[in-house]
Amino acid sequence: MGGFVRGRMIARRIIQALPVLFGVVLVTFLLTRALPGDPAAYFAGPAADAKSIAQIRESLGLDRPLPEQFWLYLKDLATGDLGVSISTGQPVMAELARRLPASLELTLGALLISLAIAVPMGVLAATRPGRPIDHFCRILATAGVSLPTFFTGLALLFIFYYLLGWAPAPIGRLDFAYLPPDPVTGFYVIDALLAGDTETAVAAFSQLILPMATLALFTLAPITRMTRGAMLQALGSDFIRTAKAAGLSRRKIIGRYAFQNAMLPVVTTLGMVFSFTLGANVLVEKVFAWPGIGSFAVEALVVSDYAAVQGFVLSMALLFVCLNLAIDILYTLIDPRVSIDG
Amino acid sequence: MERRTFLKAAGAATLGASSLSLLKALPASAAPSGVAVVAISETINSLDIHRSGTNRPSYQIAVNCYDRLVAFGTKTMPDGSLSYDYSKIVPDLAASWGPSADGKSLIFKLRDDARFWDGAPVTAADVKWSLDRAVTLGGFPAVQLKAGSLEKTEQFVVIDDLTFRIDLIRESKLTIPDLAVPVPMIINSKLALQHATPDDPWATEYLHRNPAGSGAFKIARWDPGQQIVYERNDAWTSGKLPGVKRVVVREVPSQATNRALVEKGDVQLAFGIPDKDASELAGKPGVKVVSTPIENCMYCIGLNVNFEPLKDVKVRQAIAHAVPYADIFKVAAYNKGAPMWGGPSATPANIAWPQPFPYDTDYDKAKELMAASSMPGGFETTISIDLSQSNWMEPTALLLQEGLAKIGIKTVVDKIPGANWRTASLVEKRLPIHLETFGGWLNYADYYFFWAYVKGHLFNSSNYYNAEIETLVDETLHAETDSPGYEAKIKRMIEIAFHDVPRIPIWQPTLNSAMSTKLAGYEYWFHRQLDVRKFDVS
Repeated sequence: MGGFVRGRMIARRIIQALPVLFGVVLVTFLLTRALPGDPAAYFAGPAADAKSIAQIRESLGLDRPLPEQFWLYLKDLATGDLGVSISTGQPVMAELARRLPASLELTLGALLISLAIAVPMGVLAATRPGRPIDHFCRILATAGVSLPTFFTGLALLFIFYYLLGWAPAPIGRLDFAYLPPDPVTGFYVIDALLAGDTETAVAAFSQLILPMATLALFTLAPITRMTRGAMLQALGSDFIRTAKAAGLSRRKIIGRYAFQNAMLPVVTTLGMVFSFTLGANVLVEKVFAWPGIGSFAVEALVVSDYAAVQGFVLSMALLFVCLNLAIDILYTLIDPRVSIDG
Repeated sequence: MERRTFLKAAGAATLGASSLSLLKALPASAAPSGVAVVAISETINSLDIHRSGTNRPSYQIAVNCYDRLVAFGTKTMPDGSLSYDYSKIVPDLAASWGPSADGKSLIFKLRDDARFWDGAPVTAADVKWSLDRAVTLGGFPAVQLKAGSLEKTEQFVVIDDLTFRIDLIRESKLTIPDLAVPVPMIINSKLALQHATPDDPWATEYLHRNPAGSGAFKIARWDPGQQIVYERNDAWTSGKLPGVKRVVVREVPSQATNRALVEKGDVQLAFGIPDKDASELAGKPGVKVVSTPIENCMYCIGLNVNFEPLKDVKVRQAIAHAVPYADIFKVAAYNKGAPMWGGPSATPANIAWPQPFPYDTDYDKAKELMAASSMPGGFETTISIDLSQSNWMEPTALLLQEGLAKIGIKTVVDKIPGANWRTASLVEKRLPIHLETFGGWLNYADYYFFWAYVKGHLFNSSNYYNAEIETLVDETLHAETDSPGYEAKIKRMIEIAFHDVPRIPIWQPTLNSAMSTKLAGYEYWFHRQLDVRKFDVS
């Protein structure tokens, strides 16, 4: 597939995504309004009377009819203005710009670790079914899914921070002795390296290790299981039997023919794991005081902070449109038979 | 670019300590001297207390970065910790004050050496602008100032640069103390006005991010959702210069993490920790726990008289006898706080508030009262709790449910999400049996009654009405405590509350903080927020 064809494919996918995004905007708008609870009363504070609540309602624009509110929201959206989050007092755009990289740094880091462990382990387990490595893989996968992340997080903290003192204090992305690097990518480790400040990069990375390990343990399970299953299926198929009969080396059979064919379902799983991890790491964020997007969204939802919830859902929708696109492109690279149009 | 300005300011020796902090060879109590690190579990959402939507943890900015006309004194508690002193009003930006000749105004003389951070002198015009702003922007600041009879901008008059007058709507004992709460902070109006726009005449957008005060600390950094860094204002004139140069306030949502941080010495103070952690941390080496009873505050069971069975005073008294107080106190409060049950007599001996109500767990008496009531066969209803306070509300509700079942009242526990709680319990007042936590900033019984026992007022979630209480509150709210008849009226008020029990107090809660034994100067305040102005790290 040539670059031009791929370019057209990407353009078409983006156009296809537009109605989806509009649907997301409309549905989140209606859903947030349907939530019980009155943000005006909540934000008017502990000693507010009816008059001050009405004042807040007016300043939030909540006294207008719904269609008008929606129209104003769309108009702001068109200019890239996602509104102001009343619970954090910051523009939603600024919050997302600050918190999304924090969550992505954590999630992507965890997925990388988890891939580096899970894929070789899955392959080993599939090629040696019933042997100790297979059992070990099963135990690790079961433990990974069944231990809730906040528990794993607290347990790791207890051992490596509280008892052993190896890990730094869990107070966010950087110890208070360091200033965050100038934002380029928003990933502290990369930004610090770009600025040539290895000390800050090391400090930021050391803050990452425990939360990353916690999430990696959690994501290990589905990836290992999927790799193992896909490998087993591939190894049992006709073309492998043919390859064996043709006398190809075991390394070539497993490494090239079986593994490449097993990768499709693994990539699919990876996409799914990424999406739920990004949302599900709210508990890890709480334990490690990580200023990520999950805790922001949950807090916003709890207090009916409309602008923040809408901004969060919209940015997630955008992220997933991109993610699905990336995965589809990856498919075409792995398996030439897969066509985007199909 | 000065990436490490922070450490440079604190001296060269700190560089070693910080790289060691990666390896944790040293606890971070080896942090640069003159720096204190505090962990709070909530988030600061604005640097301007007057802004609508500013949450409670943000009030600490008003406390630490701004001065007021007057301030509360400080006293030492029996356990050696510091507490603000309600009975003592001391000068802050005003050197002296007093009533005018006709008694209809208060005159304040400002200190001539008071300066804002940018060096501009503090003038009466700044005071007027700040108070005007507080009463005009509406919401909580306006309500709080109204409690001190400070309602309209016409009341605030500039006489000359250093003389300021407040014209009184009425004489009230609440006016002066209300000027010492965080809300009426004095803002650098010249600086703020440079950032005002026709749409935003009170510079709310600017002051939301940039405090402009004269207080003990400036803000060196604000990373929303992560941290506030206070930097000492070395030219502060309103008090003794703080012992620490910098205070880093980190937002750490998980209480378990907070607890580990303070135990390991990586933070010097974990502010506002749960009762459970406070009782378990006490006695750990290197950690000091301070639990201060919250003044003028009670955790209560509210009985909504709009519901037929609860209208009957006998039913309410029966319920007050069917509460397993001691069990609740143990399970929900870890025995932290002051019990509010088992009072000795149905008539109060003094005007102390809060004081124990004359009820105790006595199921026989409760059954007798039920039998004599309009509901001898019992009834069914709900106990409503706030999910965001479920750590103590849930065990309390379950134990209460058990107690009520013994006298024939069948209940289901109704859990309400935090965002709806205020609307349901305080605004619509539609919850039959519920839990309530009001605490008054101004420490008078009449002030509590004004909010919680007067019909239609916000914290009267029981819809309680008693004509005599309304009169008594009217007569006492603004009266001086030494005025004739004051004490008798307050006693009568408490006596009616004892008898009618629209609110059944369970205990007076405490504010708990755990700190390093090296940290001095922790002070309790009625507003229950962090004051770092007296901090010193040894």
